[in-house]
Amino acid sequence: MNDFFTVSIIIATLASGIRLAVPFLLAALGEAVGQRAGVLNLGVEGVMLIGAFAAYYTALETGSASFGLLMGLVVGAAMGLIYAFITVVMHAEQGISGIGIYLFGLGFTDLLFQKQVGTPRPISGLQTKPFDWLANDTGRAGELLFSHTVLTYVAFLLVPVVYWLITRTTFGLNVRAVGENPQAADTLGVSVNGIRTAAIIIGNTMAGLAGAALALEIGIFQQNLTAGRGFIAIALVYFGAWRPVGVMTGSLLFGIVSATVLQLQVQDVISGSVSSIANMAPAVLTVIVLVVVSRRIGQPAALTRPFTRDG
Amino acid sequence: MLEMRGITKRFPGVVANEDVDFTVLPGQVHTLLGENGAGKSTLVKILYGLYQPDEGSIAFDGSPVNIDSPSVAIRTGIGMIHQHFMLVDTLTVAENVALGLGKPLGVNNLQPIRRRIREVSEEFGLHVDPDTYIWQMAVGERQRAEILKALYRNVRLLVLDEPTAVLTPPEVTDLFVTLRQLTSDGRGLVFISHKLNEVMEISDEITVLRDGRVSGRTTPSESDRGSLAMMMVGRPVEFARTIAEQTPGEAKLEVQDLRVRGDRDELAVHDVSIDVRAGEIVGIVGVSGNGQRELAEAIMGLREIESGQVSIDGQPVKTPTPKHVRSMGLAYVPEERMKFGSVGDFSVAENLVLVEHDQAPYVRYGILSLKAIEERSRQLVSDYSIRTPSTATLTRKLSGGNIQKVVIAREFSGGAGVLLVAQPTRGVDIGAAEYIHEQLLVQRSQGKAILLISEDLDEVMALSDRLVVMYEGRVMGRMNREEATIEQVGLLMSGVGEPEGAAVGG
Repeated sequence: MNDFFTVSIIIATLASGIRLAVPFLLAALGEAVGQRAGVLNLGVEGVMLIGAFAAYYTALETGSASFGLLMGLVVGAAMGLIYAFITVVMHAEQGISGIGIYLFGLGFTDLLFQKQVGTPRPISGLQTKPFDWLANDTGRAGELLFSHTVLTYVAFLLVPVVYWLITRTTFGLNVRAVGENPQAADTLGVSVNGIRTAAIIIGNTMAGLAGAALALEIGIFQQNLTAGRGFIAIALVYFGAWRPVGVMTGSLLFGIVSATVLQLQVQDVISGSVSSIANMAPAVLTVIVLVVVSRRIGQPAALTRPFTRDG
Repeated sequence: MLEMRGITKRFPGVVANEDVDFTVLPGQVHTLLGENGAGKSTLVKILYGLYQPDEGSIAFDGSPVNIDSPSVAIRTGIGMIHQHFMLVDTLTVAENVALGLGKPLGVNNLQPIRRRIREVSEEFGLHVDPDTYIWQMAVGERQRAEILKALYRNVRLLVLDEPTAVLTPPEVTDLFVTLRQLTSDGRGLVFISHKLNEVMEISDEITVLRDGRVSGRTTPSESDRGSLAMMMVGRPVEFARTIAEQTPGEAKLEVQDLRVRGDRDELAVHDVSIDVRAGEIVGIVGVSGNGQRELAEAIMGLREIESGQVSIDGQPVKTPTPKHVRSMGLAYVPEERMKFGSVGDFSVAENLVLVEHDQAPYVRYGILSLKAIEERSRQLVSDYSIRTPSTATLTRKLSGGNIQKVVIAREFSGGAGVLLVAQPTRGVDIGAAEYIHEQLLVQRSQGKAILLISEDLDEVMALSDRLVVMYEGRVMGRMNREEATIEQVGLLMSGVGEPEGAAVGG
């Protein structure tokens, strides 16, 4: 027990928390963009699974993790096109379509895995750590900040990028407008369907990337690899009040909680049934977060409402 | 400047516009007049590219144009102020103006937009600050922001769809000043309204639509309210009603020294006393927001009474809940028919039995008797000439006037001796308003005691036996109809005079 509270273990836990936050962050940031445009995608989990499998299988076959990452992005974008067709063009009910996407992702990736891979074979994940040379020179703080793979830096860099995109660009202004009052945007000549489609593709691409990041981090694929992370990401959008910095705060919270549970188990501080119960921490935290943050300040007014000119 | 020729637009089952010709000259206010559903909105939606006409042509500045989307309309120089404002509440004025401008992938620089908004705002006296969020603005300000949005885009023809519906009388005056300023620069305006007084005041030319067709073209100097109403409705409309003399009976509704707090805990009703006798209509007039709504809600048991007493048929109301008050013989037509008066997603039949649905014969042993409900609703639909495809139609699909008739049928037919009626004809077309007025007089002749709350001074003056003027929660004056004049009531409504109770202790 005493061993746990050493500085080096706490640093290691926080560092791994940052790493574990990456899939949450990528998926939730993307989902925030989609929701700001008024489209809810409950299928994030399914898209993450498809992205994860695509990345894993590509890396397995080609031996290149980067190529795997790219495939995760591509299938994510493709899922975005499909979801845009379902919800924007066909005006399908968003809640139920998203659940369909999730079930499709869950079943389809398992099928492909059984058919194409069968027994789990590990892949080598992303090795590039661009700032690793700094980590050794800067001591423990350096380990916390500089020991990560390139993908972690990309994910956190996307926070200001998405913030800038939403608040400072014409595209972002259009996204906010079609998420709040699509009729108003339409009367000013903004293409509501075009903007929503673009936002959905951005969101799904990031969900695909999130899945790929997860598979490459763990170095393996299995059925239901994401284990609810996609759903937590949706909750994090609410937690973060649809704002990139809020979403990042929530992602870090979940990453660090997960890392702490993991560390406690590794250190044998908790074991047996306690350990199993501790595994539920992220799920319990999600429920608590959703109850506490049930105020919907900042929720786009037209969220889940399909757009038609006749209202 | 604008010529629409032979415009026809069909929707499944209805012809919304049939062979409509409409032209606007530079510097002119051309009014489109017509009842709800006459095809005014369809025509301007075609003009703005939101609908495509099935037949007909549009020319702007002499050359034919094909307006197939709002952005084409804007590029052509046509702007539109929609009845429900097209503003994004969570954005600032500048951001709302910027929408649809700029390159789709560019960085959004609001600085020049802010500057230009200030200039335009200054030029036309609109007093709009570019950095205010829309949700922080009052209704009148939002409308000015909408006008500014159009002016920013250099529109030469501006369509205003029922712009006065949401405004107070002083705001209407201001709006008209702005509109005149716009036409003096050679812009053309299309003004849509069904308020005849306003139409007479602002228009240069008037085109009247009825059932999708042009039923008349005129100017204010060649017409009067009667002839305009005739063109709108297709038959003579009575504005001045003759009210049968009748001696009222005993007091059925008595309100004594009522004191009620408003939503923000302010004292909204100050020691108001009113009594209504059998067979009379007592009208409460006042500008909206002077305690009328709180007074009605308190009587109905929907709002807590701080002090004072309400009695129905001489019996004090002991437990002020809507159900109890209703059981004592009070019926209520609330001011917002869609929000409080009916359930939009319920059928007409369901709305018609909403009050009595828990009583026989509509329910037996807790199970609804659909047959009894159907019979009752068919009866009411025909008694109150509610225009609906069937009793199973969803109520929200009806026109405003017909929804109001559903509410009135339900409340008037229940046998209650006291009717509390708030804003019964707000946003209702002339035909329906006329019908509702008739029904109020029928109820009066049957010995009902009616408390009528309305902002429409003409309505109250035409129907009431006695008038009570409210201002800032107090009674400013009481008078019989014969002794009331518009001027006198108008002054009392704006707070000129000595309110009741204010002198007490002073």
